[in-house]
Amino acid sequence: MAGGDTATVPGTPQSLARSRPRYGEMAIKAILLIAALVSVATTVGIVVSLLEPTIKFFGEVSAVEFFTSTDWGPLFEPPHYGVLPLVSATLITTGIAIVVAVPLGLASAIYLSEYAKPRVRKFFKPVLEVLAGIPTVVFGFFALSFVTPLLRSVLPFEIEIFNALSAGLVVGFMIIPIVASLSEDAMSAVPNSLREGSFALGASRMITSLRVVLPAAFSGIVAAVILAISRGAGETMIVYIAGGGQPNFTLDLGQAMQTMAAFIAAAGSGDVPVGTVDYDTIFAVGALLFVMTFVMNFVSARLVRKYREVYE
Amino acid sequence: MTEIGTPMANVTVRGPEAPRNLEALDPVFTVSDLSVFYGDYEAVREVDMLIGNREITAMIGPSGCGKSTVLRCFNRMNDLIPGARPAGKILYHGEDLYGDHVDPIEVRRRIGMVFQKPNPFPKSIYDNIAYGPRVNGMKGKMDDLVEQALTQAALWDEVKDKLKQNALSLSGGQQQRLCIARAIAVKPEVILMDEPCSALDPIATTKIEDLMQQLARDYTIVIVTHNMQQAARVSHRTAFFTAEVDDKGVRHGRLVEYDETSRIFTNPTDKRTEDYITGRFG
Repeated sequence: MAGGDTATVPGTPQSLARSRPRYGEMAIKAILLIAALVSVATTVGIVVSLLEPTIKFFGEVSAVEFFTSTDWGPLFEPPHYGVLPLVSATLITTGIAIVVAVPLGLASAIYLSEYAKPRVRKFFKPVLEVLAGIPTVVFGFFALSFVTPLLRSVLPFEIEIFNALSAGLVVGFMIIPIVASLSEDAMSAVPNSLREGSFALGASRMITSLRVVLPAAFSGIVAAVILAISRGAGETMIVYIAGGGQPNFTLDLGQAMQTMAAFIAAAGSGDVPVGTVDYDTIFAVGALLFVMTFVMNFVSARLVRKYREVYE
Repeated sequence: MTEIGTPMANVTVRGPEAPRNLEALDPVFTVSDLSVFYGDYEAVREVDMLIGNREITAMIGPSGCGKSTVLRCFNRMNDLIPGARPAGKILYHGEDLYGDHVDPIEVRRRIGMVFQKPNPFPKSIYDNIAYGPRVNGMKGKMDDLVEQALTQAALWDEVKDKLKQNALSLSGGQQQRLCIARAIAVKPEVILMDEPCSALDPIATTKIEDLMQQLARDYTIVIVTHNMQQAARVSHRTAFFTAEVDDKGVRHGRLVEYDETSRIFTNPTDKRTEDYITGRFG
């Protein structure tokens, strides 16, 4: 009986029970949990801070006017609260950016992952990522002082100094590294055995890239594109500097446009008194941008789950 | 210990139905003085062998003896490894496989390959089979091609009702037969198999071995295997490779002995072969 008891006393040589508590392990777990909670808390905080002024805003301004009127001039007298010009400008510049960034980004990802020799890849990938580290305000002046004059000299039609085309193109350049780098990661993660299987059937490198590697990396590539779109839609400085400040509701890419983010920056940096409708407008537009990005993320996550090819 | 002369008396040894003299038989591959380098490292040194038409040739030997390396020269799969470089000659029906005019893509279409780990594409069963014919622009009705390939690989009855299902939903053995069917679908002349059963259970292995026997009527098969019993069961000829350490202490793969399977397993001429197949080494 006594022998049986000693065998279960923690710390004695016979016992398998933990001899002393592992405080370090518990502390690490707590720290990691807090780190994970910070980003969740930030998101919740943003939603909450957007919510209150947004509700107040819709108390003053009718939702029908906000979503259907094509006239935006909240700081003028009388004010107009039709958000459509901002939404269309955002969609247009983001659209141009995607048209630039997805083909170029994917092409460079395919090159780096499937064609480039290891030495070339080692050189190119960091260079690409440096591009992602350039402050967007620099991109903005690049658009205004280099791309716009270039476009004005080569395009057969007239465009304004501030225009959506130049802003959209440069936003596209800015997000190429996101598309390229993350897509390259996804494609490099595709097991070599799949490539070998394809080559062994007499497929060329291009066919292998397009028909085996690309579909297998699809979910990662879509994630890269979504992240790039979100960054593009939320991009502020480039469109603020190069896109102009006029909320024109138009499809003419040569005209100035004001995107949602650019409006927020412009209004936020002015002297709008706290608590006024003008002030709440900023939050209402911010909330709408947030919802748009969120819906896009949500829908694409669903699409990815449906169409991706899972390799083990 | 088994006695010399009957090292594996308890195993069925297949041996050739074909005559002894391979040179007279229009060999599919003629390998002469083949060495393979990875950068400066000579992984395999001076291999000479003939691969008989519509025979199963097995390559056995301990790990690191270069048998897979040699196999991957037959369809120029080693081209894909940076720094890999063969020296010497491999003739495919008399044509230099590494000649300047040779297109490796065409080589791989004629000489198919099945890998150690089943590697179906993450697509449907149907699309896996149709992939090869599609990328090679083959004519004919795709449904028929798919059915034919799956039937030849003895998989049709098991999958005919779920062709649209993802290939990865199949069991490991089925996946490997799918990979064989995928290789057959482009109508190659040769099928190279790199330890095709090493990731499979014994029942699946038996199925693949039966399949190899059937396929050998129409195809030339070269198989690398770690499993000596498998080589003894399925192959007509067996090549025994081993790794040798040279004066400078560097290991090279060498072909020790190449003969009819029955002779390799019952009456090997080289002491090293005998030690290996009797289990004294490796």
